Amino acid sequence: MYPKQECIAMLLAGGQGSRLYALTKKIAKPAVPFGGKYRIIDYPLSNCVNSGIDTVGVLTQYQPLVLNDYLGNGQPWDLDTMYGGVHALPPYQGTHGADWYKGTANAIYQNIPFIERYNPDYVVILSGDHIYKMDYSEMLAYHKAHKAACTIAAYQVPMEEASRFGILNCNEDGTIYEFDEKPKVPKSNNASMGIYVFSWDKLRKYLEMDEANPDSSNDFGKDVLPAMLNAGEKMVAWKFEGYWKDVGTIDSLWEANMDLLDPKDPLNMSDPSWRIYTRNPVMPPHFIGRNADCQNSLITEGCVVNGKLEFSILFEGVQVETGAQVTESIIMPGAKIMEGAVVQYAIVAEDAIIGPGAVVGERPENVENKDDWGIAVIGGGVKVGAGAVVKAKAMVEEDVPEVTK
Amino acid sequence: MRGNNVVGIIFSNMHDDSLSRVTNIRTFGSVPFGGRYRTIDFPLSNMVNSGVNKVGVITKSNYQSLMDHLGSGKAWDLSRKREGLFILPPFGNGNQMYNNRIEALDGISNFLENCQEEYVILSDCDMICNLDYKKVLDAHLDTNADITIVYKHSMIPADLTESVVLELNGQDKVTDIVAGVKPSEKCSWSMGIYVMKKSFLQKVISEAVSRNRNNFVRDILQRGVLENKIYGYKFEGYVGALDSMQSYFKVNMDLMNLDVLKDLFNPMRPIYTKVRDEMPAKYGLGSVVKNSIIADGCVIEGEVENCVLFRGVHVGKGAKLSNCIIMQDTVIGDNTVLNYLVSDKDVVFNDGKVMIGTESYPVYVAKGSEV
Repeated sequence: MYPKQECIAMLLAGGQGSRLYALTKKIAKPAVPFGGKYRIIDYPLSNCVNSGIDTVGVLTQYQPLVLNDYLGNGQPWDLDTMYGGVHALPPYQGTHGADWYKGTANAIYQNIPFIERYNPDYVVILSGDHIYKMDYSEMLAYHKAHKAACTIAAYQVPMEEASRFGILNCNEDGTIYEFDEKPKVPKSNNASMGIYVFSWDKLRKYLEMDEANPDSSNDFGKDVLPAMLNAGEKMVAWKFEGYWKDVGTIDSLWEANMDLLDPKDPLNMSDPSWRIYTRNPVMPPHFIGRNADCQNSLITEGCVVNGKLEFSILFEGVQVETGAQVTESIIMPGAKIMEGAVVQYAIVAEDAIIGPGAVVGERPENVENKDDWGIAVIGGGVKVGAGAVVKAKAMVEEDVPEVTK
Repeated sequence: MRGNNVVGIIFSNMHDDSLSRVTNIRTFGSVPFGGRYRTIDFPLSNMVNSGVNKVGVITKSNYQSLMDHLGSGKAWDLSRKREGLFILPPFGNGNQMYNNRIEALDGISNFLENCQEEYVILSDCDMICNLDYKKVLDAHLDTNADITIVYKHSMIPADLTESVVLELNGQDKVTDIVAGVKPSEKCSWSMGIYVMKKSFLQKVISEAVSRNRNNFVRDILQRGVLENKIYGYKFEGYVGALDSMQSYFKVNMDLMNLDVLKDLFNPMRPIYTKVRDEMPAKYGLGSVVKNSIIADGCVIEGEVENCVLFRGVHVGKGAKLSNCIIMQDTVIGDNTVLNYLVSDKDVVFNDGKVMIGTESYPVYVAKGSEV
């Protein structure tokens, strides 16, 4: 018998994140490193803990090894509690056969027994690819005050970008009357953040109906939410104000990292009242050598820096050797930038090695055709040989041979 | 598993007097060191990395900060169902405060009696090193010694409080022990780390107590050198002895030597500590940082050279820090100049202040002060 929980969270973490290409070749998107020492999933998990939700089901499917390992028993997030805690929920085999998660709604449907153990009144549905700090308890209070069946977090996007989002069209009292998926002519700029609070009895009913419908794609946004709206359920939008960024693409992942270097610091991760927890590396403080020059950068434990850094983020255990230059780049754990190498406008994934004198990425002003410019990505463990040149927008998954002059 | 056959005993208050300014408010074991550590992290991690999973920490006074740091022992993997971390406060055996190592060990006789482990390791918190106790135990078993003393062959640290110099024969058997001397050339000096059978320790302690002998070095080591088999184990790695404010300063500065940094923080034998979940350190535009050890949570906008900055230190614009050790959460105002200074936790230096010490006498600023 599990003690009743008023509210539990379900975190959708099974997606491949195919638009992150080389970065998600071997790991699921929520496990992608972010912000110098974190992984993307630290944000929703820390938000849960800071909002007083201590039971979190994490739905995993794609490349779960690193993610499962990372979650462990949930101790870094204080989620190693007696009854709740963090639970990795992969698809499983039952007497009626085995199914992969067919869609986001189906993933929750298949885990109804998990949710029912806690007999919750409310379930929060989260996704594992957003960087933000949100107090879900405020959203829940709003949900309760409006006696809604479903509350959707809404973010005010600039009107000219609204056609890239799922837009929530609302009445004056905040109730939603229409979902408008990527509208050509948006009526409002309330973008759905993919964060939902449901009253569990309602959600359960619509998940079962959705499962019984053979034509459904079993997706929250496409199927379950429209079905609820059409049936006349009360659905409200809760406006979120604060920093929020979807990091589903290479560009947005790079931009969100660079936002941390903004002197205005829109995310304010150092706020002691809303810590972002992570599995901390066991490494000494970082060492800055005599030849180093670090400008507007984030550096964490285990790094040894002797080169020049500008507007860059170094994860744990990164080495930047003498004469190397790292500009506007993200260097993930354990990577090594060797003597005289230049890394600019690039993401270098875990344990990659950039050989002496190699050049990775290009400055936008040095690229003639603007369409050819983009962030260069070096995949995990890739070795870029001495003197090699990697162009802007490149996606390198294989070793690059040395170039002798 | 032989590792599980060893219980570790750490003395957290020994040598308090040698760092009296920083131990005024804490035990020696909880003195901040190296940007994010406390001195006890070194013996504790060394033990855990050697397979020891039961450690008793003997305390005496001022041990709140130590207990706060250790918690349940989770950070060292010592929060266990069986065995794990045991904090052993004074008055464990009667109502008298212990005055020396023998009385301290007598005070934990019940704890020792209840340990199933066959061997004990005794260590203080004053030797900063990354030591594999498995090798010490192997040597102890090979020589069939009664006591194995870990020693270093080098110039003896100048301010060592309990200086013990060993004379050894070619097989590392101790033939003589001289206490309180400071030879002017290289010698084999004890690091105060001992391995022996638990039953042997219990025997010599109860003998010493019943005869009112109370000096561990004189009454157990020196008296035993002829009748017992005492061997040395030569430690080859880096050791930083914290025995005075000057050496505390120097050993912190030693971390800027990459060889020392790599030796102490060997990734195969990591040094664990309580985590604080700080964000990575932030370097502002115009910051100048050279040859320094910087922990997470720091925000640096000024100039920093040859410094150790602990977690959460803020260095304001135009501030100039050189040769400083700045402990947790200290705030240094704009244009403040500090040189040869050790600042304890939570100190506030207001804008434009100047404080300069010397290498042989660094200025010390007490916890929570405002300058």
